[in-house]
Amino acid sequence: MTDTGLQTRFVPDRLHSRAYRTLRSWEALLLVVAIAIFVVNSFASPYFLSAWNLSDATFNFTEKAMIAFAMALLIISGEIDLSVASIIALASTAMGLALQYGAGTPELVLIGLTVGLLCGAFNAVFVTILGLPSIVVTIGTMSLFRGISYIILGDDAFRGYPASFSWFGQGYIYWVFTVEMLLFVIIAIVYGVLLHKTNFGRAVYAIGNNPTGALFSGIRVQRVKFILFLLTGLMSGVAAVCLTSRLGSTRPSIATGMELEVVTMVVLGGVNILGGSGSIPGVVIAAFVMGLVTFGLGLLNVPGIVMSIFIGLLLIGVIALPRLWGMMAARRGR
Amino acid sequence: MTTLSAPSSPVVSMDMITKTFPGVKALDEVKLDLFPGQVTALVGENGAGKSTTVKILTGIYHPDGGTVRIDGDPAVFASPNDAADAGITAIHQETVLFDELSVAENIYIGHAPRTRFGLIDTAKIHRAATDLLDEIGAPFSSHTQLRDLGIANKHLVAIARALSVDARVVIMDEPTAALSHKEIEELYDLVETLKSQGKAILFISHKFDEIFRIADRYTVFRDGAFVGDGLISDIDEDALVKMMVGRAVDHIFPDRDPVVGEDVLQVVGYDHPTEFADIGFSLKRGEILGFYGLVGAGRSEFMQALFGITKPSKGVTKMNGEIRTIRSPADAVKNGIVYVPEDRGKQGAIIGLPIFQNITLPSLRRTSNHGFLRLAEEFKLARDYAERLDLRAASLDQDVGNLSGGNQQKVVIAKWLATRPQVIILDEPTKGIDIGSKAAVHEFMAELAVQGLSVIMVSSEIPEVIGMSDRVIVMRDGRIAAELAGDELSPETLVRHAAGITMSAESVPA
Repeated sequence: MTDTGLQTRFVPDRLHSRAYRTLRSWEALLLVVAIAIFVVNSFASPYFLSAWNLSDATFNFTEKAMIAFAMALLIISGEIDLSVASIIALASTAMGLALQYGAGTPELVLIGLTVGLLCGAFNAVFVTILGLPSIVVTIGTMSLFRGISYIILGDDAFRGYPASFSWFGQGYIYWVFTVEMLLFVIIAIVYGVLLHKTNFGRAVYAIGNNPTGALFSGIRVQRVKFILFLLTGLMSGVAAVCLTSRLGSTRPSIATGMELEVVTMVVLGGVNILGGSGSIPGVVIAAFVMGLVTFGLGLLNVPGIVMSIFIGLLLIGVIALPRLWGMMAARRGR
Repeated sequence: MTTLSAPSSPVVSMDMITKTFPGVKALDEVKLDLFPGQVTALVGENGAGKSTTVKILTGIYHPDGGTVRIDGDPAVFASPNDAADAGITAIHQETVLFDELSVAENIYIGHAPRTRFGLIDTAKIHRAATDLLDEIGAPFSSHTQLRDLGIANKHLVAIARALSVDARVVIMDEPTAALSHKEIEELYDLVETLKSQGKAILFISHKFDEIFRIADRYTVFRDGAFVGDGLISDIDEDALVKMMVGRAVDHIFPDRDPVVGEDVLQVVGYDHPTEFADIGFSLKRGEILGFYGLVGAGRSEFMQALFGITKPSKGVTKMNGEIRTIRSPADAVKNGIVYVPEDRGKQGAIIGLPIFQNITLPSLRRTSNHGFLRLAEEFKLARDYAERLDLRAASLDQDVGNLSGGNQQKVVIAKWLATRPQVIILDEPTKGIDIGSKAAVHEFMAELAVQGLSVIMVSSEIPEVIGMSDRVIVMRDGRIAAELAGDELSPETLVRHAAGITMSAESVPA
């Protein structure tokens, strides 16, 4: 350290260029993994490199990713919402119920989104106003929301959604590009901008790194968290509309277990499960990685249970490897 | 039993003990002797090195230099267990006990007698605990759940625990801080009992009446250095206060003509159910108002209420004569009141975020465009204040966590100055930072006042309070004990008001 003494000390803005930081990032590593999986898949199955097959494959992740973007912000802020899949069930059930009373497509969409928002608000009240831990609250509401669906539907299913409603989950914008893909891209951009380019996003990072410090810096911590729960609920509502539209029916078991896949996607995308760091581009790449793995293994007729084993190993591997790397480097260094 | 007078040789003797933390010399070649059957009071201001001494004696810290001797033999405490084995035990300000366990389990946790199956011998620990509790006159059974006890009784459990390890040296760190008058009397009796059993007691207290009541000897530290020791019977309060604070104010404080304008902030009747009561004062433009008091006098609690963090039960804040409602820090910042907390790591800096983001966090509204970040503006603002505060960092994109304490403090101050406040509250602004940064912070504080900013400075360092403040409010037990200015400001008056010592220096309590 040199001390210039007389003149004002110059502190540079940044030490490393943007390119350097990008290359060293988690997202870069993840992108390499994604490309590797893509290449391996194209050699493993002759059906992989088909535009229509790939288009179908996107359904493996588009709905989950919509929720994952909102969940990423929530996890970065240090909270979590495990009730998202149950919110889908409840929102879908509400839509099915409205259908019985003759609701049309616009009403159905509105109801789906509103139920999602209300469920998010329900979680938010317990976490931000009563100060309860979100993991406990949302494990509770996970059972509660799906439980209500089971009470309403039992073993039945709601069917007979109008043809226009099927556009969300089955429609195409152009050639192989689906409506869900378009939604995925729009939502990714919206959340990317929200997290990385706005004051709100900065507040989310500040809260995740140090909630007390954020409060002492004049950030309305509870308000920000409230909004994040609302957004996660809303995105679950959007996913409910898409999924219900794609399946064409509502059962209370809809989207069972999806919350864990969403959290997996977020963590795989480089979001710190303890909060404070992560990015939307990371989650986008993680969505592709998970979609490609599921699709590739599906083409090879690998059973679903093996797929989840593979996803689990991938998650642990991608998280543990850099840590192992660091430990080995530290050992060599000393 | 040992005789009370004529100290034989010390049980514990610290000799030339030095302990350095990054940037701060906490202890500089201090000595401290503890004799069997005697109470030694360790006296010093906050930051004098008392807590560090306790931590060295209990094996939590390891001294960088010097020797600790037990019965004359050099001893090295590699861990708290080693200190416990040597018979040293401490009863802390916040006693470390387990709410969910019974009294007996708390007393014997870590050294419980085992049955032959290796399980805790419950019957035995309850028998032994009952004996101990009887010995100290505790009014509860060994089966009581700890969480059902009040603070005073929890102290008794801690003392019983200290006795259970057959301690020869008992350290009491501000044991009366949370006790009522009656409970304090009971504690005194207990200390007498321990003395009669020949235990050496290190008694740390800020309260002079207590020291003169129960101590046999005193040792004074100041700024991590040994000042003197001797028998309590050979000294009076005045002399002890002088030893404790009486240094030539060697650190040069910036010279400043008080440019004091009209009232900026008026605080009326702030009350809180437990922490403070009836706080009212006014603050003028360009004034530095010091808040002095002992730890636990309610200064920080009041400041945090003023800043909208804790909710007072009542109280009115006026800015420039107008009543303002402050329910959250965000409200306070909007009204031009900002707070630099004492706990930098937790409440001040946001570790994990880069320097520039820390600085701009409360000013984002100004650097952004309709809620969208403008990084160039942020770097400009951050650079501006980083340079004014002479921040030493590798880059503005560096994590604040990698900065030294003094530079972290500069980031926190920069963060608030960037909001262009009218009132800045600095809570222990130079605690734990090196001398160089200290002088820089003082200089800057004076400069701010000259520029018309009003400063409230909470400080426990007497030279700082006297050197920097135009006016000082002394708090004691959550209330304003005195307001001092000009010639009334002296180390002696501050200590007397803070500790509640009557002004008649002649009468030494029996």
